[in-house]
Amino acid sequence: MREIIYMVVVLTGISLASGGLLAALREGTQERIDQQVLEFVKGPSVRAVFKDAANDPIATRFQLKDGPTVRTFFVGEIEGAFRGVALEAAGKGYKGEIGLVVAIDTQTGNVIGINVTTHSETPGLGAKAKTDPAFAAQFNGVPVSGPAKVTKDGGSINAISGATITSRAVAGGVSNAFTVYERLKPQIEQKLKEIRK
Amino acid sequence: MAKTLVQEFTKGLWAEIPPFRLVLGLCPTLAITNTLENAYGMGIAVTFVLTFSNVLISALRKIIPPKVRIVAFIVVIATFVIVVELVMQAYTYALFLKLGIFIPLIVVNCIPMGRAEAFAAKNGMVRSALDGLGLGLGYTIALSVLATFRQIIATGALTVYETPITLFGPAFEPFRFLVEAPGAFICLGLMLGLMNILGKK
Repeated sequence: MREIIYMVVVLTGISLASGGLLAALREGTQERIDQQVLEFVKGPSVRAVFKDAANDPIATRFQLKDGPTVRTFFVGEIEGAFRGVALEAAGKGYKGEIGLVVAIDTQTGNVIGINVTTHSETPGLGAKAKTDPAFAAQFNGVPVSGPAKVTKDGGSINAISGATITSRAVAGGVSNAFTVYERLKPQIEQKLKEIRK
Repeated sequence: MAKTLVQEFTKGLWAEIPPFRLVLGLCPTLAITNTLENAYGMGIAVTFVLTFSNVLISALRKIIPPKVRIVAFIVVIATFVIVVELVMQAYTYALFLKLGIFIPLIVVNCIPMGRAEAFAAKNGMVRSALDGLGLGLGYTIALSVLATFRQIIATGALTVYETPITLFGPAFEPFRFLVEAPGAFICLGLMLGLMNILGKK
């Protein structure tokens, strides 16, 4: 009996020490890791949608509360003004979520560009949403006032052949971004004003 | 015959060099030695884990009850592996993405586990530290040698830090096979054979 208690005490002690150390380290590195994830995971997509921006959209960003979630917005300087905002959205694809970055011009109310960040669609079919720039380019200039739709649903986006579900998911994700944008528009414009100063 | 402290350190560099002589830790040896940067990155991560887990296990060797020693070793090793993982994520994220699953897999790598059981649990802290450092460095050297060979022949370039440096002119014909998985087995086989020839006196 004594032996069992001793074993339990030692193992508990080691685990406690380990847990404490890791929690402290996690706390200490959290901010830098978030930064790195932004840079390496979302960075390429954000830079791709803002390819003409004069600033570094990763560095110029702000966060807004949207109900219980906190959303990050990246700001792009276009034609000398901080008028582009990019936000993340997701659509339900053929196999899991499709992560998107959608950039919107706050002055014209049109899409600047979209880019797929993460997906698990079929290579050669649905995966074209990410690999074929012509598909994503169709969203450029689409107004944020209405949802983006594929031609089958009465919209303007030509679906990727053989991947209607994926195409709909991307259009749906982009439309989600529109709704978020419309909902938070006053706060976004407020933040942009602060950045301009 | 007891070894001197220097011998405790140097045995890991030649006589007991992990992948070639102990033939341990082969999974990352085969998988990530396609560029030099990956190889020494992995080697440094293993060296860190090995040294610190050896020291801590050696310090706790009289407290840890023998019946649950393996569990205790795994907790200690896993802790240091997560430390490495977090630090790599925070400072060398690109390398972390490339090494991917092989960083968490250091936990089940036979080298830290084997040294904990075979060495640190029976020896003092200084000796355990030197043992861990020596074997870790040996592992780093072994991976780097293998990666240098594979990468140069397969791509004609060498990645020391982030961008590959091209070594040959346009006439060089890359032999891509060596950075593929089967190439790894063949290179490792050749290295093991070479080590056996050199070791035969």
